[in-house]
Amino acid sequence: MTQATATSIPPATLAPAPRANVWRSILDTLTIPVLAIFTALVASGLIIAFTAPTVLELLPTFFQQPGVVLGTMWNTVITAYLALFQGAFGDWGAILQAVQTWSSTGDATELWRALRDPFESLVAATPYIFTGLAVAVGFKGGLFNIGVEGQLFAGAIASAWLGFAIDGLPWFIHLPLALFGGIAAGAVWAGIAGLLKATRGVNEVINTIMLNYIMFLLTDWLLSDGGPLRGSAGAPRTPEIYPTAYLPRLLPDPVRFHWGFFLAIGAVFFVYWFLWKTTIGFEVRTVGASPTAAKYAGIAVGRVIVLTMALSGSLAGLGGANELLGLNHYMVAAFSPGYGFDAIALALLGKSNPFGVLASALLFGALRNGATRMQSVASVPVDIISVMQAMIIAFIAAPEIVRWIYRLRAPAQQEREVFARGWGG
Amino acid sequence: MPPILELRGITKRFPGVLANDHIDLTLNQGEIHALLGENGAGKSTLMNVLYGLYHPDEGEILIRDKPAHITGPRDAIAQGIGMVHQHFMLIPVFTVTENVMLGDESITNGVVLDRKKVAQEIRDLSVRYGLEVNPDLYIKDLSVGIQQRVEIIKLLYRKADILILDEPTAVLTPQEADDLFQVLRNLKAQGNSIIFITHKLREVLELADRITVLRLGKVVGSADPKSTNSAELARMMVGRSVILSVDKAPAQPKEVVLKVEHLTVRDPRAGDAVNDISFEVRAGEVLGIAGVQGNGQTELAQALTGLRAVESGRVTILGHDTTHATPRQLFELDVAHVPEDRQQDGLVLSFPVEDNLVLNEYYRPPFAQGISLNFKEIERAAAERLKEYDIRTPSIFVKTANLSGGNQQKVIVAREFTGPIKLLIASQPTRGLDVGSIEYIHNRIIEKRDAGTAVLLISNELDEIMSLSDRIAVMYKGRIIDTVNAAEATKEALGLLMAGVQQDAAHAPEISPELKTEMQDEIA
Amino acid sequence: MLGMVATSVMRRTTDVAQQRRWISGAVIVALGLLCLWFFALQVPADMVSKYRFSGGGDAIQLPVVELPTSTTNLILAVLLVAVGILHAARGIKNSGVLFGAVAFFLLAIFLTWSIRGQSLNLTGLLESTLIRSIPFLLGALSGIMCERSGIINIAIEGMMLTAAFVSVIVASYFDNLWLGLAAGVASGALISGVHAVFSIRFKVDQIISGTVINIFAVGLTNFLNLRWLTPVQELNDSGTFSKVPLPGLAQIPVLGTVLFNQNILVYAAIVLMFVVNFLLFSTRWGLRTRAVGEHPKAADTLGVNVFRIRYTNVIFAGMLAALGGCFLTLASVGRFDKLMTNGRGFIALAAMIFGNWNPFGAFGASLLFGFMDSLQLKLQILTSVIPSEFLLMAPYLATMIVLAGVVGRVRPPAAEGVPYEKQ
Repeated sequence: MTQATATSIPPATLAPAPRANVWRSILDTLTIPVLAIFTALVASGLIIAFTAPTVLELLPTFFQQPGVVLGTMWNTVITAYLALFQGAFGDWGAILQAVQTWSSTGDATELWRALRDPFESLVAATPYIFTGLAVAVGFKGGLFNIGVEGQLFAGAIASAWLGFAIDGLPWFIHLPLALFGGIAAGAVWAGIAGLLKATRGVNEVINTIMLNYIMFLLTDWLLSDGGPLRGSAGAPRTPEIYPTAYLPRLLPDPVRFHWGFFLAIGAVFFVYWFLWKTTIGFEVRTVGASPTAAKYAGIAVGRVIVLTMALSGSLAGLGGANELLGLNHYMVAAFSPGYGFDAIALALLGKSNPFGVLASALLFGALRNGATRMQSVASVPVDIISVMQAMIIAFIAAPEIVRWIYRLRAPAQQEREVFARGWGG
Repeated sequence: MPPILELRGITKRFPGVLANDHIDLTLNQGEIHALLGENGAGKSTLMNVLYGLYHPDEGEILIRDKPAHITGPRDAIAQGIGMVHQHFMLIPVFTVTENVMLGDESITNGVVLDRKKVAQEIRDLSVRYGLEVNPDLYIKDLSVGIQQRVEIIKLLYRKADILILDEPTAVLTPQEADDLFQVLRNLKAQGNSIIFITHKLREVLELADRITVLRLGKVVGSADPKSTNSAELARMMVGRSVILSVDKAPAQPKEVVLKVEHLTVRDPRAGDAVNDISFEVRAGEVLGIAGVQGNGQTELAQALTGLRAVESGRVTILGHDTTHATPRQLFELDVAHVPEDRQQDGLVLSFPVEDNLVLNEYYRPPFAQGISLNFKEIERAAAERLKEYDIRTPSIFVKTANLSGGNQQKVIVAREFTGPIKLLIASQPTRGLDVGSIEYIHNRIIEKRDAGTAVLLISNELDEIMSLSDRIAVMYKGRIIDTVNAAEATKEALGLLMAGVQQDAAHAPEISPELKTEMQDEIA
Repeated sequence: MLGMVATSVMRRTTDVAQQRRWISGAVIVALGLLCLWFFALQVPADMVSKYRFSGGGDAIQLPVVELPTSTTNLILAVLLVAVGILHAARGIKNSGVLFGAVAFFLLAIFLTWSIRGQSLNLTGLLESTLIRSIPFLLGALSGIMCERSGIINIAIEGMMLTAAFVSVIVASYFDNLWLGLAAGVASGALISGVHAVFSIRFKVDQIISGTVINIFAVGLTNFLNLRWLTPVQELNDSGTFSKVPLPGLAQIPVLGTVLFNQNILVYAAIVLMFVVNFLLFSTRWGLRTRAVGEHPKAADTLGVNVFRIRYTNVIFAGMLAALGGCFLTLASVGRFDKLMTNGRGFIALAAMIFGNWNPFGAFGASLLFGFMDSLQLKLQILTSVIPSEFLLMAPYLATMIVLAGVVGRVRPPAAEGVPYEKQ
């Protein structure tokens, strides 16, 4: 067998001229993600149709009136998805009307109200960008940071504390301070897992899971009755932060779009620059691709692991701070609807590329946001989005399924990233 | 009497490689048949076909004169075939008994494993064949030699009478190898038939009843050990009469570059892997480290290159104490390292060729300014090295995994040999490569030597050591048992040293007379 | 020569072991002294801790034990110090015994201190400990089944949640608990079948596959909960398995209440623990499972079907986790609540690691975690100085500490997480 592997490495094949095939290769990279999303939408549609109470009532009569039953199912799905897309991308009829009102009367209230939804998609995408980047950076460094959710909490708590505990600072000091507090808290929380991996060889997956739950309980305690960060209000939450720590909103109410979005875009470019244009990024990628070769090449592998984890955590922490300083302005226990867990789907969908993550985050943000409208208009619970996300990860992780469904040919050589190598002891 | 096993026209293709090309082979009852060939000749592939791990593309297998359809190990076992793999198939945390019974368990009371019964069987087999194995011990606590016996017991327990041993001596000390040969002769005497895979001529001549030589996936001939000799076998194996030799002028050794004093390196599994070693390598000479695999050479190389912690002793490179230096610090001292495992340590296979060409130097100018990488420079240097070292790849952006083994090794050589290197530590620099690549790399090493680099060459291939080295140190059980002048060394003498046989006191002097005068010149 | 090498290795390992022993012994002694100072000497001498053993309705009423808080803790702390000294000097080989002893003394001291001036029904506490440990145990057994064959299982949480939902809805619809149980277990098998196909057939990263299942389970149960259970409450009322006192045994004071007056699923879980342990270490299937989890190639060369073993184990593992999910509904509250597993699947994972992938070890860890869980509930009433959240953190912290090798050492199956490729 050793002989076989030694000789069976195919000789270098003549690669085609790079330029001619750029589009072809872009198409190839996009095929699976696009089909994965499409398939997940279809499958979720089937779930929506088959679980709708109206459909379930009619289902026993399927053979008497198949047309009616199928029609009902179709309507259920269409109503739901129409609401979803209107919620996500805005009701353009209403927007056009509002523009008319504005131009004729000069009253923009209607317009901003109509524009709320599409901007809200960007607002919803913002934490996804941060957490998706956090997971992606980990992947690039060969680390599976499953604790992004906990790091998000850490960042939010730290920025909340810095936001309400310090009064009298000018905004240009207070806001950066609160943001950096979030970054630092996320970095430290993730850094623990990195440090344990680098020094004790403990797999980061299990430790970040454990750190998540520790952070949730820590949050519960901090916000509990008599807890250190409990506000005066009757509910378990911190006091409200001072306006000097707000991430300012950019547009009039009710549009909640704030500067955090541009912070997130900045983070995308930063991560790209860091990973592909710097020596440290090169080290991170080398350690991720082959720790033994990295060690041989003179890279301090342990230090890089801690750094990667800390960077991943700081992105998550910044995401938490951003959400808190830009939207909520105080910390609650139910702070996140699972941004940190969805982030795994984002990173996979975006192939751990910062711009891929950005695209996926915009998509997921739109879906999440649209789902709220879907729930209120078509009474389809928002949680169908989680189901959709799970299916997208599944299809991306096992492209064979997608290829089988659409009868696609397998690529010549397959790459498979293996993140987990056991728990390590 | 018909042969107990017959292979007819076995052909096995891997993507891009014809591993077995219409191979015919017979094995008679009660004989030891040696399958001889270089690394990559297709020996292991053939045996894995026989054992059902690979499925042949063509050909048939006859066992006891009946066609056999072997689709998996289970079929092979049922036919009485047993195989000791090159890498042992033992579970370290299981006892000997559990390892032996796995897959063919004895059961009592309907469901319960009958460990006692199997242990007794192992004891019986152990006595019968002189194996001395305690069934109650855990594999992880056994030496490699004993582990191999457990592998043999696994076969005997399954009543296998066609035994295949794949490179069984590669991991053994000469003493253990001799013990193994005794066991095999015992087995033969009791009627078993054995296929013995190796690339070592001495073993074949000593042990085999019949020899078949494979080269590049084909049978190139058979021989009778009584009427053949090493030279003839070597010619058949390699395909040409002369064994590789390198044209080189006598060395011009200069100042000491690498000085190792009382170096001890510990391995958590095997105790002192390197035990109190001292030697020197001078600029402009090649010191070869010879020895049977597993006598501490790997650990020595790792310790010298900063990949493994040093227990005690001192390493000095050009006057700098590098005992505990990191790989980066050594690189800064112009030390180059061709690692033993090129795919694991030497390359990041998923990276493009250009990145691998600067893997050791990416962090400093001209490739980096501050923390930012300068791709223009990287690409320029990569293209240059590609040309200079004749690396066959369509472009520097191709993934390194897509290169052939020889070209992959050239990437490492290109990277490590560039620049004014003072010390080169090369571990198994040509393992598994084709003859062309071997010659190329050998010439480059000599070029570096002549340019004044001190070279430490570590290789399991005695031929390579003999043709490149100026002095040869032989390692045995973690110690340097002797150092000889390459010009005066004979294969026989080195072989004895590698087997741990110390020669009398009047061995070749460690420092040659010319060297002495030179040293005196320098002092003066 | 070989012998020499062997002894030198042994010498070194004993050196290291001794060093570690002294360190851990010193830590235990320090803990003991800390307890002595704070939980004994700082307590006023006249304070009393009362332990009750009988509930109001028990046939045999045991007397209330009144312990002087300070003196009791003094004795317990001294014993703890003694354990530390004994370990440092002689070495307590069995890390389970050592850990158990230390945990016992620490918890006893803390408990006695917490109830100073008050009384506590110890039997009740132990009973709730057992009940709370059962989902952890079943989840951990699921993890063991799966991981011993080399497949990582972080989807215990998702499998439990799915089964909890399915069991309630089926049991409510058909008004039959057994049918609910069967459906719950089947749903576990189905969902772990997905994990198996992804991990074994498609060779998907096992962590990712597990994450997919967790996200999917959360999403789907939340979705269907809102869609079906919220509007139709009758679908979310399954009732629960009643207690089955074992004749004779249930009348034993304390022990009978804790162990022998439980519902059928508690008994089942305990029996399953023994069954899994027996299967794993004494049968052909177990030997092959462990071989596949350690070195699948070796097993393959001996004719063991690696894929079949892994499929079987993963699917059985899903059924065990599902049983844990059903326990949360059919054996406790009789209804489904959003996200009701609440991290129990991950505590089960922790218990599996803590118990070093052994059923009995996992049960010990489950009991410990279950005790913490019930204790924090009790302490919320008793208003202790230690916030309940910190007690709830214990399983997670303990797992991190054990994995870091600070106390004890665990060793996962060697081939875990690596998809097996046949030639």
